[in-house]
Amino acid sequence: MINRLFIANRGEISLRIIRTAQRLGLTAILGVSEADKNALPARVADEIALIGPSPSSESYLNIPRVIAAAKAARADAIHPGYGFLSENAAFGRAVLDAGIIFVGPDISSLESMGDKLMAREMGVAAGLPVVPGGEAETKAAARAQAEVTGYPLLLKAVSGGGGRGMKRVDTPETLDAQIDMAMAEAQAAFGDNRIYVERYIGKGRHVEVQILGDGETAIHLGTRDCSIQRRFQKLVEEAPAFGIPDEKHAAITDAAVKLAKHINYRGAGTVEFLVDAETFAFYFLEMNARIQVEHPVTEAVTGIDLIEQQLLIADGQRLGLSQNLVAISGHAIEMRINAEDSEKNFQPSPGRVKSARWPAGPGIRVDTHIGAGGLVPPFYDSLIGKLIVAGKDRAETVTRLQAALATLDIEGITTTTALHRRIAADARFIKGEADTRFFEGLQIV
Amino acid sequence: MSRELNFSHEDVTEIVAILDKTPYDRLDIRTGRFTLRVIRSGEGWTQELEFSDDAAPVEISAPEAAAAEAEGILAIRSPLPGTFYRAPQPGAAPFVEVGDTVTPDTVIAIIETMKLMTSVPAGCAGVVEEIVAHNASLVEAEAILMRVRAA
Repeated sequence: MINRLFIANRGEISLRIIRTAQRLGLTAILGVSEADKNALPARVADEIALIGPSPSSESYLNIPRVIAAAKAARADAIHPGYGFLSENAAFGRAVLDAGIIFVGPDISSLESMGDKLMAREMGVAAGLPVVPGGEAETKAAARAQAEVTGYPLLLKAVSGGGGRGMKRVDTPETLDAQIDMAMAEAQAAFGDNRIYVERYIGKGRHVEVQILGDGETAIHLGTRDCSIQRRFQKLVEEAPAFGIPDEKHAAITDAAVKLAKHINYRGAGTVEFLVDAETFAFYFLEMNARIQVEHPVTEAVTGIDLIEQQLLIADGQRLGLSQNLVAISGHAIEMRINAEDSEKNFQPSPGRVKSARWPAGPGIRVDTHIGAGGLVPPFYDSLIGKLIVAGKDRAETVTRLQAALATLDIEGITTTTALHRRIAADARFIKGEADTRFFEGLQIV
Repeated sequence: MSRELNFSHEDVTEIVAILDKTPYDRLDIRTGRFTLRVIRSGEGWTQELEFSDDAAPVEISAPEAAAAEAEGILAIRSPLPGTFYRAPQPGAAPFVEVGDTVTPDTVIAIIETMKLMTSVPAGCAGVVEEIVAHNASLVEAEAILMRVRAA
């Protein structure tokens, strides 16, 4: 039985976990760094335990210190939140070695999903589609691989990155010439002429499936679309993923459940897919073996408290939910409000918050640890809060979101609020046509 | 220790629903450690948590007031708050040492803020006279990092 829950995290997610822990009657013990000991989560927790000095490497990322603080606080379980040590297999093992329950998946799941290549192999073994492609050392091998991959395709340098040596090939007729050029460029740029042949997805969407498993069975809690990203950082997330034909949508959720069952997944997890925005062909990317930043949009459309589910599963219980008890109703959108200046190349903006007026009202949820007088320390990431808006359908949700953003007012630090207002006013966003290239096309007003 | 009130978003939505039917524009709920303030804003509502003064966290000390600099001495200041590093990575040689000549574009340090690294150019030309900030220490925006004798 979990009675004393140690939270090895900070910021909005620590407050989020404290809230559910207290509702369930647990004692919420918050591990804090020096910088966070007066922050809102520390004021709300039942007990606080000092982990160490402010820098993450000496506190939230320091395995021996976190374990020592949890032991001293007589914790019987540790919730790692997201980020920091949440997907660190060595941490998970250290928690178990200390005789404490780890609120997360089995260590074997952390290990296999932590390695991208291993995760891809696991996906293939479970029968999931992955982006078709393969390596080629010679021109003949590249030709053979192109036959299998299909068109349009991309030729990439195996040793490359950042788009160098990348060639798009639309038809077989142009393949040979492009292979020669790609190999020559790869040789010149990286001293290695090997290329990788991969299916080209012109308009891609990032779609993910929320999974719950108890080690024996697994269910899904629907999809989320997280296509609006900047440098692979998500800015906006929605549930459910919209505008995907029903049978494709069902195939995506089925694939995610299949993977979770294949690895006997225990806990809450997210299976991520790249979806072709035109054909809706989908490809497994990776699995995140933890709670995610964007989990509240799933909570908004299912009414299920994901932190509670994590705690019940960690406590050794079987899933209390079955697939037919999970109903998706309405639509929800989350925007991440960061302490960054989007006009100055997203320069961080830590400091003292003078006032923080977050929206309130029907369908609105704000997950934040930031209030008037709060401090955004320079040591940690820039997320200061999440605005989650729900409505009966996507149109109502977008209208509510726009109104909510108009009232959001944070003073003392610079935030990404203005950027989010631009996103919410963008025609592609309003129509639900955003793909992963959305940010590049965003009008700078 | 008695448990602090911890308002859920459902609680806030209910408070707004009640207030919305009244002529009132603002409600403050004070607890031991903070105040929840619900305020009418145009057509909608906002919520704000404010920490009570007595429990307010200690301010991080502001940067030293810019003392009058000796003639010909220029200060290089931090463009933003963060951790000051003299070298590009642990164990590497520092970007500059006392006695080195710098030009406006010479990178003299990096500041790590919220997991992002920002390089700091000298912004002036001359010879490094003094390194003021300690390596790996936290500096405020505008804090003096180094002093340079103008060329």
